[in-house]
Amino acid sequence: MAAMLRIVNGSIHDPANDIDGEVRDICIKDGKIVDSLPENAPRLDAGGTVIMPGGVDIHSHIAGPKVNLARKLQPEDHRRDPHPGTDYTRSGSGGTVPSTFATGYRYATLGYTTVMEAAVTPLGALHTVEELHDTPVIDKGFYVLLGNNIYLQNLLKEGKQEEFRHAVAWWINRTKAFTTKLVNPGGDEPWKGKRNSNVTDIDEKSDLFNVSPRQIIEAFVKTVNEMGLPHPPHVHCNNLGHSGNYKTTLETMKTAGDLRIHLAHIQFHSYGGEPGKNPDSKAAEIAEYINNHPNISCDVGQVMFGKSTIMTADAPLAYLLRGFNKGKWVNADTECESGCGILPFSYQEHIFTHALQWAIGLELFLLSGDPWRIMLSTDHPNGGSFMSYPKLIRLLMDKTFRKEEIGKVNQKAIAKTNLPALDREYTLNEIAIITRAAPARALSLKNKGHLGPGADADITIYDDQEDKEMMFNAPRYVIKSGEMIIQDHEFTNDYYGRILHTAPAFDEAIAENIRPFFEDYYSIEFDNYGVADNYLHEHEIIPAKNS
Amino acid sequence: MSLELSMHTPPEVPLEAELLTPDRTVGMDSNAVSGIAIQHGNRQVTVGDFFTVKGKGEGELHLEGDLSRVKHLGSGMSSGSLYIHGDVGEHLGAGMSGGKIVIDGNAGSWVGPEMSGGRIIIKGDAKHLVGSAYRGSAVGITGGEIYIHGNVKNETGHGMRNGLIVAGGNSGDFTGVNMLAGTIIVLGEMGIRSGAGMKRGTIISMHPTEMLPTFSYNCDFNPIFLRLMLRALQSQNFNIEDKQITGKYQRWSGDSVEMNRGEILIFRE
Repeated sequence: MAAMLRIVNGSIHDPANDIDGEVRDICIKDGKIVDSLPENAPRLDAGGTVIMPGGVDIHSHIAGPKVNLARKLQPEDHRRDPHPGTDYTRSGSGGTVPSTFATGYRYATLGYTTVMEAAVTPLGALHTVEELHDTPVIDKGFYVLLGNNIYLQNLLKEGKQEEFRHAVAWWINRTKAFTTKLVNPGGDEPWKGKRNSNVTDIDEKSDLFNVSPRQIIEAFVKTVNEMGLPHPPHVHCNNLGHSGNYKTTLETMKTAGDLRIHLAHIQFHSYGGEPGKNPDSKAAEIAEYINNHPNISCDVGQVMFGKSTIMTADAPLAYLLRGFNKGKWVNADTECESGCGILPFSYQEHIFTHALQWAIGLELFLLSGDPWRIMLSTDHPNGGSFMSYPKLIRLLMDKTFRKEEIGKVNQKAIAKTNLPALDREYTLNEIAIITRAAPARALSLKNKGHLGPGADADITIYDDQEDKEMMFNAPRYVIKSGEMIIQDHEFTNDYYGRILHTAPAFDEAIAENIRPFFEDYYSIEFDNYGVADNYLHEHEIIPAKNS
Repeated sequence: MSLELSMHTPPEVPLEAELLTPDRTVGMDSNAVSGIAIQHGNRQVTVGDFFTVKGKGEGELHLEGDLSRVKHLGSGMSSGSLYIHGDVGEHLGAGMSGGKIVIDGNAGSWVGPEMSGGRIIIKGDAKHLVGSAYRGSAVGITGGEIYIHGNVKNETGHGMRNGLIVAGGNSGDFTGVNMLAGTIIVLGEMGIRSGAGMKRGTIISMHPTEMLPTFSYNCDFNPIFLRLMLRALQSQNFNIEDKQITGKYQRWSGDSVEMNRGEILIFRE
């Protein structure tokens, strides 16, 4: 592959630069997009195609100990879906939780070039980095779980705000994470010690720390915004999946005030009804709040019918779900930091709750007032595999198809929603926003999600087809950092993506405060904890916003 | 005229021959069959590299030689007859849905895993996991019959959902583990922990065996269905005494850690 390439005749969708379907040239030099190239530079005729920046997935689970446990738990899933190698790529196995190599290649075959792993315990960071090294093509990073960290909660309990800030920054540096992730903040730790002691209200103080979820969320939102991390706290609210949880979700958003916050898989947090009874849809309330508060961003976490794998740091939730089919599940030990539960799952059209979840996700997309803040995800593999994104895109872009699909699912569930009345169809530009431009902006990745000069040459070229599922299923060309990875639907190259992480400044003295806690309670040596610099190969530090 | 394959070169590492089935070779002449691609370790080779092929594919396939390193024979077959004159390797008839496989010698582990129909007859012994689920799957065979005249080893009928497995000799441990339904008959000695985790289904043993504590004794009785079944087995040259046909059986129900709707019947003179 030459270092230079001029792509001509394609219809360009680059919403970050206000380009909506114009035909113009894209010039690539040394892995970056540039203004112009000499006339004799190699050309690629992309007539009849739609050109978008490479996809950016803001919330997915692709690497680390819990993902690996999910792989080990489901040999049956892999056996039925082998992923053969090619002359350029390695083999692997597929299913809802593909092997590392297959994960990278399969994301690439959908035109994705950047993916964020959304939940990694600090203890699992090293394992995650090792797996990310083996996840080809895509650039990647991960969010570190700090919402149930005993040491940090003790600091909050003692009111040591300043130390808390340094400790959070220490943990991010130590693990080479991208930002902080809160999962069921304040709930996992009491649950691990005592049955049925998960918190159910955002203001409920656990007897363990005398700290409420709201205090934890508030502390993280304030701290991370002060540090100016490229992405705000990534929050999985309390009460995921429970009827009536939309109130908790609204309260969580209010807690942030006007500071930036990202709510993960918000579909799972938009349910009305009484706890313990059948849920109904509160998508309208949630969408309205988000529409009116520009500090908030979220990804939908759409449920797609078929096989999935529940994989969460919300261990009480996994415990609850395992009670339904009494199948195999894993509850893994995460020591002093978060929980972990994994079980195979299947979403079925005829089941009321599953159909309702599916419909609520679509409602959220269709009621979104700002595609820059409500992004596409299936919380892979929780709501469904990332391989179902093309179908989801078709559901959003094609109302006739959507009507057909609505007709196939549990009608009692549909009656609880406003979905049949929503006639909106996403445009190609809006799809380009929710799958690339918006996640890149929410992650402050200045070189991703757009095709302006200076951007990384991560480019996806789709054949313009009527059937959007077909179109987004198989891009004709995928270019990663200027390298042609997929040409005419075939792999022509392999690529080693970078690890993206941040490095906020902090007072080194905090490490010596954490050390004694470590020596008392952890199973590994303090000095072996986290990810040392020499473990990183290709990587990029995304600078803080205020630096 | 049937298709006859005889092994001329024994493979050094296992051959994976899932394409060699009577139904897939229908209408193929000996040249075409010789050209079928099979896997030899990590290399792709052809049937002709290891077998001399005679005849024409008409739904009946004969293989002879030491096939104990040939895996996946007859897997996925839906009709026709496969005769193996000698020993055979693992994964015989995996996922088959119809047709008949007859083995003169012994078979490896994984005979007929996750099969849904058809019949497998083995004159010698088989190893572990006869008629079972593959690892990770909750459901094993959903139909069909497996007759083994010799001994079998552990986990026979793992996760079995329907169908019949007969062992003329002894069985190893965990016979019918996690069984969902179906019938297993062991004419010889049965190992320990039989029926562990079974939900429904019937396991029949002709000799006293150590029961798990989660099984409870119900009664002694003379099941009518068993008379019919044993007479049918007698006609297939299984060694069954008349007193076993007319005699009484202890009935134990279990596994009480699951639904407690399974049964183990033990012959007691």
